[in-house]
Amino acid sequence: MMWHLLKRDLGMLLPGGSRGGGRGGTMLPLLFFLAVAMLYPFAVGPDAPMLARTGGGVIWVAALLAAILPLDRLIAPDLELGVFDQLALRGISEEAIVAVRTLAHWLSFAPLLLLATLPAAAMLALDNETIKLVLLGLLAGTPGLAAIGVIIAALTAGLRGGAALSGLLLIPLAVPILIFGAGSLARGEITGIALCGAISLLLVAIAPFAGGAAIRAARET
Amino acid sequence: MQDCSLSANDIACRRGDRVLFHGVNLSLQAGDALHITAANGIGKSSLMRILAGLLLPVAGTVSREGAIGLLDERPALDLHASLADALSFWGSVDQSSDAHEQALLLGVEELLDVPFRYLSTGQRKRAAFVRLLNQDASIWLLDEPLNGLDRDARDRITSLIKLHRSAGGICVIASHLAIDLPDIAPLDLEEHAQ
Repeated sequence: MMWHLLKRDLGMLLPGGSRGGGRGGTMLPLLFFLAVAMLYPFAVGPDAPMLARTGGGVIWVAALLAAILPLDRLIAPDLELGVFDQLALRGISEEAIVAVRTLAHWLSFAPLLLLATLPAAAMLALDNETIKLVLLGLLAGTPGLAAIGVIIAALTAGLRGGAALSGLLLIPLAVPILIFGAGSLARGEITGIALCGAISLLLVAIAPFAGGAAIRAARET
Repeated sequence: MQDCSLSANDIACRRGDRVLFHGVNLSLQAGDALHITAANGIGKSSLMRILAGLLLPVAGTVSREGAIGLLDERPALDLHASLADALSFWGSVDQSSDAHEQALLLGVEELLDVPFRYLSTGQRKRAAFVRLLNQDASIWLLDEPLNGLDRDARDRITSLIKLHRSAGGICVIASHLAIDLPDIAPLDLEEHAQ
């Protein structure tokens, strides 16, 4: 059962998925991420040591902003179509639905983002040690970003103008992940990444319950 | 079809601070059908959602035995997938694989390759009915099942409802249109309105 849900969610969220509706929309976060990494050297000038010093942080900010883009496609379309109601009638809990969707959301943007970090790092002249810390940090932080994204998408799904609001809501909630994930770059050590991973785990554990409750609450309106 | 029953005891429904209806009682056994009528805004859809268990009544209890199949204005079929793909998701959830046969019954077999978003209102309704048939639920809750349908589709759906009842299923229909079904119990929701 969970497998069928995951298959459908991936079809909706993965770039080129059969239920995605136009490949362009699902590639957008990735292209946005690369565009920021490309624009930054243009904006601050070709000072390689400065780029190498600040580039890791830019990649983190770009990743965080890229995670905002798919939020309006996560929950709202299914709520409008009545998919959650039909699943509830079949005895599938909202918690299970949200857990599967969090996984699908993570799979649809994080692996590609990690791959895109390599060309982005080249554009920002990062050294190998920094690239390693950025990749490890993103690996630890992106599950948390995915969890926050799904919670916010569920909370704002029933609202008019929810898409714009969700972007604003994600930023403050993602600050702890950013502080520990990107903060490890400045010190060049791994303890920050461990904390970042701990926050991620906590968020992933909360997401099914918070998101599930939000979907149930949306039925009452 | 397994034994099924649906009963509601003195239920009331509130939206915001307005009580839509109260004191609604019903009791349906295998083979029964109920036609709920009311003007717009009295709460037909809310009553259906309460019967389905998706909305809690502010007072009263609902007890149901048997699987619930709900057909409302939202088809729950993926807009960007082909009709066949959209139906196959529910087919795998419901562990049923005869969507093609059901599509024949509703006359949408030629649309299976068409993306769902290109379908017209009536075609979407027919497609949603395929999903309902595939679910093989014993209690059907049909919210305005005939809206937007042509005569051919109305006849097909009416005969499918008859078939469902003779197989021992329950059917609750909320509609402001008259329905040509034998011995269907009426429930005028306006008598229960505030």
